[in-house]
This record gives sequence, structure tokens and C-alpha cells, in this order.
Amino acid sequence: MAQAARIELFSGVHLTAVHTEKFKSSVLGAAFLAPLERETASRNALIPSVLRRGTDKHRDMEALEAALDDLYGGTIEPVVRTRGEVQCVGFLGSFLDDAYTLDGSAVVEPAAALLGELLLSPYTEGGHFCPDYTKGERDNLVERIRAQINDKRIYAMARLRQEMCAGEPFGVDRLGDEAHAAALTPEGLWAGYQELLHTAPMELYYCGSARPERVADALRGALSALPRTEKRQEMPPAVRKRAPETPRYVEEAMDVTQGKLTMGFRTGCDLLDRGYPALMVGNALFGGTTTSRLFLNVREKLSLCYYASSQLMKYKDLMLVSSGVEFDRFTAARDEILSQLEACRRGDFTDRELGSARRSVVSGLQSIPDSQARLEDYWLGQAVSGCSEDPAALAARVEAVTREDVVAALAGVTLDTVYFLKGKEG
Amino acid sequence: MEKRVYAHLGETLWLERLENGLPVYVIPKPGFQKKYAFFATNYGGMDLKFRLDGVAHQTPAGVAHFLEHKMFDTKDGNALQTLAANAASPNAFTSWDITGYYFESTEGFYENLKVLLSFVSQPWFTQESVDKEQGIIGQEIQMIEDDPEWMVLQNLLSALYVNHPIKISVAGSRASIAEITADTLYACHRAFYHPGNMVLCVCGDVDPEAVVSIARQVLPAGAGPKAERDHGPAEPAEAAKGETEQAMAVSIPICQIGFKADPAAGGEGHLRQEIVGGLLGEALCGTSSPLYARLYREGLVNKSFSISYLAYTGCAFLCAGGECRDGRALRDALLAEGARIAREGVDEAFFQRLKKASYGSLVRALNSFEALCVAQAQGHFTGADYLTFPEVFQSVTAADLQAAAKAWIIPERTALSVICPKEEERA
Repeated sequence: MAQAARIELFSGVHLTAVHTEKFKSSVLGAAFLAPLERETASRNALIPSVLRRGTDKHRDMEALEAALDDLYGGTIEPVVRTRGEVQCVGFLGSFLDDAYTLDGSAVVEPAAALLGELLLSPYTEGGHFCPDYTKGERDNLVERIRAQINDKRIYAMARLRQEMCAGEPFGVDRLGDEAHAAALTPEGLWAGYQELLHTAPMELYYCGSARPERVADALRGALSALPRTEKRQEMPPAVRKRAPETPRYVEEAMDVTQGKLTMGFRTGCDLLDRGYPALMVGNALFGGTTTSRLFLNVREKLSLCYYASSQLMKYKDLMLVSSGVEFDRFTAARDEILSQLEACRRGDFTDRELGSARRSVVSGLQSIPDSQARLEDYWLGQAVSGCSEDPAALAARVEAVTREDVVAALAGVTLDTVYFLKGKEG
Repeated sequence: MEKRVYAHLGETLWLERLENGLPVYVIPKPGFQKKYAFFATNYGGMDLKFRLDGVAHQTPAGVAHFLEHKMFDTKDGNALQTLAANAASPNAFTSWDITGYYFESTEGFYENLKVLLSFVSQPWFTQESVDKEQGIIGQEIQMIEDDPEWMVLQNLLSALYVNHPIKISVAGSRASIAEITADTLYACHRAFYHPGNMVLCVCGDVDPEAVVSIARQVLPAGAGPKAERDHGPAEPAEAAKGETEQAMAVSIPICQIGFKADPAAGGEGHLRQEIVGGLLGEALCGTSSPLYARLYREGLVNKSFSISYLAYTGCAFLCAGGECRDGRALRDALLAEGARIAREGVDEAFFQRLKKASYGSLVRALNSFEALCVAQAQGHFTGADYLTFPEVFQSVTAADLQAAAKAWIIPERTALSVICPKEEERA
């Protein structure tokens, strides 16, 4: 596969560039990294949305959108993500690759210039963000935080994280919370923006047909006004905790027709641990695929859940189970999920199951370079955690995972919290 | 095999029409690890009434979707499991007009292709397994009935359409699926799952000849019986009713506004109207339109807003919406802008810019093997060659948009669907 080049543009500002001619589009992204904290999460989350409203040169959205139309309908969207306990805020853009423009014109340079303009030359009034734009986007942010309740499947997972990791940065939502969001002002936001500009490390990303050096040049030019600081902040590693002696149980009632049962486990193992490939296989075996124990037994054989699956948090040592159950099947479903995990921990699985779990994880990793979105997501995570292993190398480690490795990895998995979203009556 | 080269798009397509009537499309993608196969039938949620071998069938709502679930059962077990154990990611979907089965895999592609073609062409149902599925799908129906995004669209379609079966939920209801028996499923399979009514599209670094040879080997040699569908009496141009509202556990109202378009003609006309409809949506309230900028400033729309043109057999519409605190105000703003476009036309420079942007978006969308195969299959069923869109694009003018706005964006053809918060959930 195409290698990812890693180039330091300025101190603390890195570009990861993947050169490939496989795609019709090129992807261009920029993210400031900040520790995920209750006090700053909403503020950081709001910044890219306000920046996206207008720049010095393109003062409103209409002008910005017209500029993007001219770049063959390119997009540059504000994005707020977390990787473990690091908040990544910035922009992610997708553009028609230079090879497919109708008149042979280059898109990379003007796209990089527009990205730089959005990051560094916001439209301002009175020396800080424009009050109108701030208010509009603040209202949007509050609405988005409130709207998290609309998708019950996602909501139940978010509530589990909150309850299980109360007091840890991981319990803070990527968008922060309504109270902090509603209190943001143009002046406060401006101060937060200045803090990011001066102290936050920045991760840039490109994937497309242009050579890494060409992209680096374009971005150096586009970001020449970025304040130069010798040392940008280091990101702290994710907090590790033990599960309580007795797992915590939280339930909530809402007007829904189907219950959502979610369960959080501590694993003592994340991407940076040697045992991680084995844990990936263990997770696939237990609940990560459609050949897993959760899918085959809990869903198909016993029909206890409409869906039931598990996933690893990758950058934090957690495994979360998500399922949809009828209200009166809660106990049966919970017990069955736990008993399937016990079976996996005892090594009570066939070689066939193990092989299929391993194939599934390997295949998932091998196909990452076939998707620009997944590749960007992968490299952002690697950059944040300071890891340079590419998907193929990780896949090779997964190939070597044995039955004993899986049992050892699952031995560290302990139930921490159960969250149940049930119906109002009954 | 026939070879078609689409130079602008950097794509090559291989086509073979089998003796049994099945078209096989292969789009080679050198340099990719993953391979994708899509096997679809021209049959979906709206095909409830049909005649087969001279016998009239009236099937329960949700039967196409139910059949999709049950197709994975095989004599020896379950095809989903067979494919998944072979490291493929299989799945299927049922829309109003097509049912598609697909998998993606990085290894064992030809083996997996055999499994796909064989389970979709060989039905195996027992009354016992049908009864069990009623429980599983009943749960799925409950889940989508809790999903406001789904319900707002379903309610919109019931408000827009008087007769056309698009107004009926693809999943059906718990009551309607209770009427489904193994015999119903066998009849529907016989009517619609024969090679002459299906299409196979493959995308990835594969050998086109090998794909064709597997299809020949696995699928039945003859074409099946021809079923005649009945989509009900002629559909009026006007909306059935102007407004519909439902309360659910949401934080702010979710709205969809529909504008009933004329059904598209077949063949290239279908593709052309899709491009005109898409561009009209952009001109009316796309992210770079003057109206969107104003509504965004006023807080009437946010990033969740989208506008799109959708077309199915015998019906087509524009729908616009997202989270919105005042659906009526949004509807009125869209109607006023539609009337302005009908009166004044679309500014030529704006139109050229939109064309450039839409062209870029359509080309970028070809990155997705799934999107490419689904578009190719849908194009096949409507009689259009999807990858010719750059040429069709050239022929579309601002006057086409003006004419469409004049015909479609009028109050009589408009319906508003709102999912509003329940009293207790209101902030």
C-alpha cells in the first residue's frame, strides 16, 4: 500500500500525507489537539463552527460556499472528535482530485489556501469573533447536545460512558455539556481560540494524488501566519482505573418501545499495549462481528436482543456492549451476555470461531487503505497516540494471535457499569 | 464481453448478458484490496399487487423486506454465517423498488460470490422459521417506529401520495407481517427473483470473465415467468394532504417538506430528471444558495438540513428538511423561493457554479463501490447507463430548472411532515 509520509511543518505542527491515485477525491484535514476537559470541551467544540461562518476574505457562508462550488463542489466541514481523552477540533475537507477536473486545473493549492484562511483569518468584529456568528453557532451547539437524546441507541451508549467514567476525562462528551455551551461568549471563545493557536499541537492530513512535498509546501504557505511557539502542549495518556468490586447499575425510563441495554468493561489494555491485537480478536469473538457469540447466541439463537455487539474504545482501555432488548428480557439478556463473555474467557470456543474472528479483524484492517474516510480516521488516531504503525503491520500482528493470547487478553476484562434505558410504563 | 470506457471518469465497465437474461456488470478497480458484489432484484416494498401465471396476488405490506431476511436461510444453515466465517461482510437492504444483497471481502472473493448467487436464487423456507422471523422483524419495526428520522419521512410519503404504494412502509406493520406465510414468500420469490428480473454488479480488482463464468455456473439456465405489477390507480399530481404531525421523544421538532414531481420517463430521461431535480434542490436551498444562507442566519435551518430529489417507479419528489423549530415557516420560504425561480429563472453564473459543484460531488461519490454498484443497478432497471452522467450533465440548462420549479414547487403539490416533541420532553 501507499506509505504515509510524516512531515513536521513547524514545531508541533505535523502533516501525515498518503500518496495514492486510487481515489476520485483528495482529503485534506486539520485538527488542533487539546486534553478533553469539562471546562473547555464545549468551547473547543464551538470554535471550528464559528470559524466556518466567515473569513476576512469570504465574510459569510454564501461566499464560502461559492468558493467551494468553484473548487468542484469541495467540502470543508467543522469536525469535533475524541481520541481517547484527547479532543480533536478542526476541519475535514474532501475535494475532487486534480486528475478529474474538467479543465485540468489544480485543486490542492487553492483548497489548502482556503483551509488556512478558515483556520487563521476569521471574520472578526471589535477584535474578537462576530457576536452574530457566535450566537448562531452556540445555539446550534446547544441543540446538537440536546438532540443526542433523539437516537436512543447512541444516547444509551453516551449515558453509559458518562456514568462509568464520571470524574475521568472520558466521561466528558466530545461536545461538552449544555450548561458550558450556553454560557459561551464571543470574547471567551476568542480567548479559547488564541489558546489553541498558541499552545495546541496541530495535525494535518492529506490523501490523494499529489506528492507529500507538494502538499507540505502548499500547507506551509497557507499556515504561514500560525503563531510559532517552541513547544506546543503534550497530550496526557488516558486515565486507567479498575472496575469496582460490585458493578454499578444505572437505569432510566423514557417513552420508548424498545429497551437499550449497554454494558461497560475495563480491559486494562489499549492500542499501545502489546496485548492489543489479542484483545481485538477476543472482542471480535465475543461480540464484534456477525459470527460472534453475542450475534449468534444472544440475538439469533435465543432471540433475546434485536441487536447486540461489543466494541473496543481503542485509545482507552474499555470495551462497551450495546444491545436492544424488550423490557422484560433485560435480566435474561444481561445474564446471557455475561455468560458468553465467561465462556470466551475460559477459552471455551472452537478453533473455527477463533479463525473466523482473526480473519474478520485482519480483513477489516486490510481494507482500511481502500477508504479515504477510514484511512484518515486511522492516521489521526495514530498521530494522537504517537504511534506510527500502519494498518498492514497491525494486521500482521493480529495474524500471529494465538488462543492463549486471546484468553490472556480477556482475563483482564471486568464489568464496571450497566446502563439500562427502559420504557415509561412497565 | 462488451467493454465500455468512460474516459472522463477514469472507469471501465465490462458487460455480459447471460442466456437467462441476467446482465453482469464488472467494474475493475486495480490497486484495491476489497472487492464488492451486489446482486439485486427489481422488486421492493411497493410491489405488493401482481399477477403471476394468470393468478392475482395481493401480498401483505412488508413482504419484500421479510423475504430479504428469510433469503439468508439455506438448507444447510445460514448464508450470512457462511459468508461472515469466510471473512466477508455481507448484508442486504430493501427499498421501495429494489432488494439488494451484497458482500465486501478482501479474500476468497470468488468463493463468496458463489455463496451469494446461490442463496439468493435458491429459496428455503419452513413455516417454523417464518414464524420465528415474525418476532425478529416485529422488533425491527418497533425500533424504526422509535426512529424520528424514519417516521418523519414515512409520514411525509403518506401525506404526499393518494394511491401510490410508496406511501406504505417498506417494513410493514406487526399486523401485516403476521399474515405472511412460507407460501407467500415462495410466490414472491418465483415472481421476482429470476435472472431476467435481476442484475449483478461487481466492483474491485477481479477478473470479469471469472465473474461471468461463476454466474453461469450457479444460476438457473432459463429466464423465469413474467409477473405483472399493479401500483394502483393513477396518482394525482397534487399532495393527498398538506400537513401531518406526530409527537415523539425528540428534543426539537424534525421536519420534512415534500414537493411532488412528475414521475420520470424511462431510460436517459430518468437520469436527466435526476440531474435536473438534484440541481433544482441545490438552486432552491442547497448550502450555497441565497435562501439557505438566509435561513441559516435566522436559525431556521442548521447543519442537519438537507435537500434531495428521489425517484422510484411511478413517483418522484423533492424532499427538504432536518431539525427545525418552525416547519411551516420553512415550507413557506421554500415555496416563495420556488415561485421566484419559476418567475425569474436561475441566474446563469450561479447555475454554472452549481453544475460544476454537483459534477464534482457526483464524481467523488464514485469512490464508494457500494454507491457505484447500486447506481449501476438502479440505472439498469430504469434503462439508463449511469456512468454517462457527465454527457447528460452538459445538456441540462437553467431553463430546465425553471420549468421544474414552475411545475413542482407549488402549494398544491406540497406536504409538510413534523415530528414534534412530546410535552414532557420540551425544553
